Amino acid sequence: MGKITNEELLQKVTAQFGETVTNVSMPYDLLTFETTRENIIELLAWLKTDAVLQFIYLTDLTAIHLPEQTGKEIGVIYHLHSLVNNVRLRIKVFMADGDLNIPSATRVWRGANWMERETYDFFGINFEGHPDLRRILNVDDMTVFPMRREYPLEDPNRVDKKDYFFGR
Amino acid sequence: MSDIKIVDAPPGVEGAGFFATSLDKAIGMARSHSLWPLPFATSCCGIEFMATMGSHYDLSRFGAERLSFSPRQADLLMVMGTISKKMAPVLRQVYLQMAEPRWVMAVGACASSGGIFDTYSVLQGIDEVIPVDVYVPGCPPRPEGIIDGFMNIQKLVQTESLRRRDTPEYQALLAKYGIQ
Repeated sequence: MGKITNEELLQKVTAQFGETVTNVSMPYDLLTFETTRENIIELLAWLKTDAVLQFIYLTDLTAIHLPEQTGKEIGVIYHLHSLVNNVRLRIKVFMADGDLNIPSATRVWRGANWMERETYDFFGINFEGHPDLRRILNVDDMTVFPMRREYPLEDPNRVDKKDYFFGR
Repeated sequence: MSDIKIVDAPPGVEGAGFFATSLDKAIGMARSHSLWPLPFATSCCGIEFMATMGSHYDLSRFGAERLSFSPRQADLLMVMGTISKKMAPVLRQVYLQMAEPRWVMAVGACASSGGIFDTYSVLQGIDEVIPVDVYVPGCPPRPEGIIDGFMNIQKLVQTESLRRRDTPEYQALLAKYGIQ
């Protein structure tokens, strides 16, 4: 079986999910599109189980914080890989800050468990239906979500960590 | 004459067939030449310490022959490497499990001050959780630096009175760290 082109892939996805697929782009030939929280799990399950596409491998699940996108500040990003067709795919779901709930992908991949815990740990996104949503890397009693872009940069005038103090 | 060096006797009264000195000087001399370290190595400084343990630098010359990763019978806690906030309780527990007399050496920029890792997840110096006797600068320090720190610990051990750890100052220091 030959490699599925991005155009064929996109055509199949839009035929199945139509209007819910938006913002299609192909940076570095990696098909990327956005969808909605309501459809994401259905879409992932369909991509995984479709007889032709077979996106059986969830490479990565992470998030991004773009404070300047009002109403779409936080995005959850899924990277899928079809080991059978050797083709990759990126799906983004954007949400408004303050309403960070999204259904958990653990229903589709059990491997999403730790990835979602990490994403919760750093961005504070609540994955509904996750079996054990608690911090995984940071200390348990931490109250902040450190990867969100809401913290001031370090004071540029401080001198106590300059290289020459460390022999560098 | 061979060039084997022998430790000088502590100051005392010497006469025909006897030698008198104070107990804490004799004990200090013995302790300082048989310090048993507990290496708590988390990163690159730990690799530098391995070189210090090797035959070229040979830390065993100082009587630090028994390195173990257990607090049992250990005198010197050598903290080498970045201590994250998640690791801090572990480090503290290791310190608490060591018996008195105990000394602590912070090796390298990370253990001493957090180093370049000026981050929410890294402890900015182990003296936030346990008392420290000697800091070794460098990122990472050369084996000579670690040996110099070790010799400074030896000086402390030699001059320490047997009662120092019962003094109010020491009790207050431990109390500052919330150690009974």
